[in-house]
Amino acid sequence: MKCQQCDKQAVFHITELEAGAVRELHLCEDHARTYLNQSEGGGGASDDEGKPKAGGLTGALDVGQTADELAILDQRACDHCGITFFEFRNQGRLGCPHDYVQFEKELEPLIANIHGMIEHTGRRPSRGATAGSANAEGAAAAAALPEGTDELTGVICLRREMKEAISREDYEKASEHRDSIKAIEERWIPPLHQDG
Amino acid sequence: MKIDTLTHSIGEWLRGTGPESDIVMSSRVRLARNVANYPFVSRASEQDRLEVEKMLRDRIATVPVGRALEYIDVGHLQEVDRQLLVERQLISREHAEAQGARGVAIDVMEQVSLMINEEDHLRIQCMHSGLDLLGAWEQIKVVDDQIEKIVPYAFHPRFGYLTACPTNVGTGIRVSVMLHLPGLVITRQIDMVFRSLHKISLAVRGLYGEGSQAMGDFYQISNQTTLGRTEEELVQQVGDVVPVIIDYERRAREFLVRETQQNVHDQVSRAYGILRTAQTISAEETMQLLSRVRMGVLLGFIGDVKIADINALLVRTQPAHLQKLRGVELDTNDRNIERARYLRQYFEEGDAGNRSSVN
Repeated sequence: MKCQQCDKQAVFHITELEAGAVRELHLCEDHARTYLNQSEGGGGASDDEGKPKAGGLTGALDVGQTADELAILDQRACDHCGITFFEFRNQGRLGCPHDYVQFEKELEPLIANIHGMIEHTGRRPSRGATAGSANAEGAAAAAALPEGTDELTGVICLRREMKEAISREDYEKASEHRDSIKAIEERWIPPLHQDG
Repeated sequence: MKIDTLTHSIGEWLRGTGPESDIVMSSRVRLARNVANYPFVSRASEQDRLEVEKMLRDRIATVPVGRALEYIDVGHLQEVDRQLLVERQLISREHAEAQGARGVAIDVMEQVSLMINEEDHLRIQCMHSGLDLLGAWEQIKVVDDQIEKIVPYAFHPRFGYLTACPTNVGTGIRVSVMLHLPGLVITRQIDMVFRSLHKISLAVRGLYGEGSQAMGDFYQISNQTTLGRTEEELVQQVGDVVPVIIDYERRAREFLVRETQQNVHDQVSRAYGILRTAQTISAEETMQLLSRVRMGVLLGFIGDVKIADINALLVRTQPAHLQKLRGVELDTNDRNIERARYLRQYFEEGDAGNRSSVN
């Protein structure tokens, strides 16, 4: 892929995430350096108060991450929904809730860059009305997460596997997956009460 | 309540009766939520989206606030009807123009709107007239509480409510106010206001225009970050800055009246004149002129028009509204003629004059 500002090969792929809008930049080393210096020096965003600068992912990733390391990272995929890191960087959108777990380390600096913080301090779902999980693990997890969240997110993976089984015509497997999905959803999602 | 009924009503928030409504048009709070057991919208298959839509639609209908809402299947609406919802600020432009299964649940007062399968599975919005962020926040909390009891939200102990785009993660909250700032625009202070807001992580956007170029001097101020502060802190962050801007705007208006009265009076009178007599007029020009007239009414230069009327015209002269009111599709040229006709009739006979001509 060519640099967007000249004919050299692009080695820096920057995704600018401004509030609500996404911009992709593909630059060679020289133009990338110019661009990054620009956004750090000028621009409207203040650099005081430790507020992160308007740099893109390149600024947020670990020091010493070369284009090669980035290429490796780009290949990594979420084991639930299958989205690759590269796809995320290009679209600016993640694939499923599990991505925040799978790519937690890589997302941290990006999120710090955007919000200046990485720990949520606001409201939490209070949903605990579902049948309690009796084991010790469950009790500890419940303090942090609504019960069953992990299992429910796992359904995303099961659904994908079910689809793949169907396309392989392995209907028995697909049926198994469908039953697992149903069991998990029935366990953790409150039943619907119809009126009247 | 069908789309056609919506056309003739005017949403609660446009009535111009809220606090500081000479400058603050509306206050809005939005929450972004996703369900735990499906991929985010952009990664979801059409089948996934249908299932999410059904799940959310059915569940929303069973909670107290949900029972008062009307559901609209946006995916199967005609384009002009989708446009109308955008013009009413009930759905985003993205929601109207996207593909795939999606909908919105709206209350008859147009204060509450729940978008399904926009960028996130669920986007809850509450809008109040004037400066009333706390009221909107209190109302949306109730909605969120009721829904989360029966919908498994995607949530992470560190990152908070999980959203498709990391720029919304955490609280998922967008707090915004829509302001009318003709005084600051005319006295060329609007850039200074932009810059100082940007310094404290607030975003400013011109409404009805491209980027920061605002048509009609209407601007929206909102929070930029969503993680690391509580919802109340973010509501306060925006809420604290609004009175300061209101003050600047009032002073700018007073200055204009004091120092350049003839000029201002002339400007608003000319605007009023054109609106009442033009034979063809674009949406952009209408917006500019209505903005001037609105200021003229507030400064006491124009006596026979009400703010609520101007607010209504701002919406009714937009493309989809015009076509729905007229009952027929119109291309740009015809719309410009119809817009002018609508305005002439409105100022001559009031709202009733236009109603009687609609079948």
